[in-house]
Amino acid sequence: MDKKATRESYGEALVMLAEKRKDLVVLDADLAAATKTGTFKKAYPDRFFDCGIAEANMMGVAAGIATTGKLVFASTFAMFAAGRAFEIVRNSIGYPHLNVKIGATHAGISVGEDGASHQCNEDIALMRAIPGMTVINPADDIEAKAAVLAMADYEGPTYMRFGRLAAPIFNDPATYKFELGKGIRLKEGDDVTIIATGLMVAQALAAASELRDMGINADVINIHTIKPIDKDIIIESAKRTGCVVTVEEHSVIGGLGSAVCDVLSENCPTRVTKIGVQDVFGHSGPAPKLLEEFGLCAENIVSVVKKVVGK
Amino acid sequence: MDKMIKKQLEQTAAKVRLGIIEGVYNAKSGHPGGSLSIADTLTYLYFARMNVDPKNPQMPERDRLVLSKGHTAPALYSVLANRGFFPVEELKTLRHIDSRLQGHPVRNKIPGVDMSTGSLGQGISAACGMALSGKLSNDYYRVYAILGDGEIEEGQVWEAAMFAAHYQLDNLCIVVDNNGLQIDGKISDVMSPYPIDEKFKAFGWNVVCIDGHDFDEIEKAFDNAERKLNCPTAIIQKSVKGKGVSFMEDQVSWHGTAPNEEQYNQAKAELEKQLAELS
Repeated sequence: MDKKATRESYGEALVMLAEKRKDLVVLDADLAAATKTGTFKKAYPDRFFDCGIAEANMMGVAAGIATTGKLVFASTFAMFAAGRAFEIVRNSIGYPHLNVKIGATHAGISVGEDGASHQCNEDIALMRAIPGMTVINPADDIEAKAAVLAMADYEGPTYMRFGRLAAPIFNDPATYKFELGKGIRLKEGDDVTIIATGLMVAQALAAASELRDMGINADVINIHTIKPIDKDIIIESAKRTGCVVTVEEHSVIGGLGSAVCDVLSENCPTRVTKIGVQDVFGHSGPAPKLLEEFGLCAENIVSVVKKVVGK
Repeated sequence: MDKMIKKQLEQTAAKVRLGIIEGVYNAKSGHPGGSLSIADTLTYLYFARMNVDPKNPQMPERDRLVLSKGHTAPALYSVLANRGFFPVEELKTLRHIDSRLQGHPVRNKIPGVDMSTGSLGQGISAACGMALSGKLSNDYYRVYAILGDGEIEEGQVWEAAMFAAHYQLDNLCIVVDNNGLQIDGKISDVMSPYPIDEKFKAFGWNVVCIDGHDFDEIEKAFDNAERKLNCPTAIIQKSVKGKGVSFMEDQVSWHGTAPNEEQYNQAKAELEKQLAELS
């Protein structure tokens, strides 16, 4: 299977978008080479503005641009977009409900060698707490590009999460369709529901194949829009399977797992087991090894699911 | 400045101050001190300088103003109401539960408010974004931002200061309202931002220092800002916190306190007297 980091897809999608959106402006905070907005900068230098290492100001500048009706993307690492600039995102973008797209890359533990200071496992929790903020976490190249193009046509503040590590491309470009707020059922099964997001979707699919060989049929759902979340697909599946496992490259506090629990506890109380970063900081190391260590891999999903279904 | 125009502006500023007192008194909370210190400059901008249309508050080519020191919303609201953006009578609903006049400015609720502010240090960044956007599409509107002298203790202000100079935003002009007081005391005691003028100069800005209660100096400063090319302008105005109400002047206790009935009556009487003397 081909692989590509979703940050690469992001940079390419911005270039695709620029051709039809003459009002597109892209901001970065001295990380264009890493966030891949550099791809856009190279193609459209007149519409790219580096804000320097000053994320708080960048978010405010993005807000100001949005008040004039232009389409603006502001990019930096997830740690600084959602973390450092949180209050500016809340008060200058969220509160006035401005049409700013935040392109946050290097999310999660798969940042790798840079270590815990840069491994943001809290961004989904922070961003979904802001009223009116849409939160998107695409799983592969196809989905990431489609999401960027779709969100350009959506009016309102949006947080988009991209990864550093090359991710397997499992979606079919011929048939894939991004629908905001709609989960995608990738495999059908009645024994257990596996709900995954971002980099973990491919792992969930791999786990489901292994589980099938063991006689466990998993319903696999890709949640690319964490807010607003697709309640219907979650409730329908949970009712059918009676047990749910969530998988995310994010803290188990406040992320996809929490969002799923919010839906199920109110509508269809179901046992939910959360696979994610278990309230600890990460550390330096190669991304694939870190993902294994923190249980963010097909092998661990298989073992958790086996326990959950009692096999 | 023409004497008649100056007198009219002074009259309007007195009305604006009455509106500030009216709002804060009826709200039983709010920030009169810093509202009164910026009242003259805001009056000048909305009545003599800015291209705005109260009947069309979203006019794309309008000049923009971001009240970065958002807690002085009573001043902005009073100026906007007196300029015709909404009824002056509505100022009495400031901070009420069913009012659109929120404690701090909100752009999607109140006609004429260009940006939601309140958390200090953020408005100047939004103003930079508006100015950059204007440059990008050759729209010739001007952008103003009003900052407090305590507010510039926020680091984000200096990120924005670097940005505005780097991108040569000569369509941006900020006013630093140097009334010398912040909640915990004198700014020089709490966390001195001095020398304010030298700091902005060092960041590459055109700097003009004026008396913020003298309309001749105010006008000259904005003329200077508009003529200056290739860099943003910071107008540092010396002002008096609580200006116009004798017992509030230069008193830090009036930063965020509403007058009681007796104080309200006295303030109103003083301002009405000023207005009568100007008529």
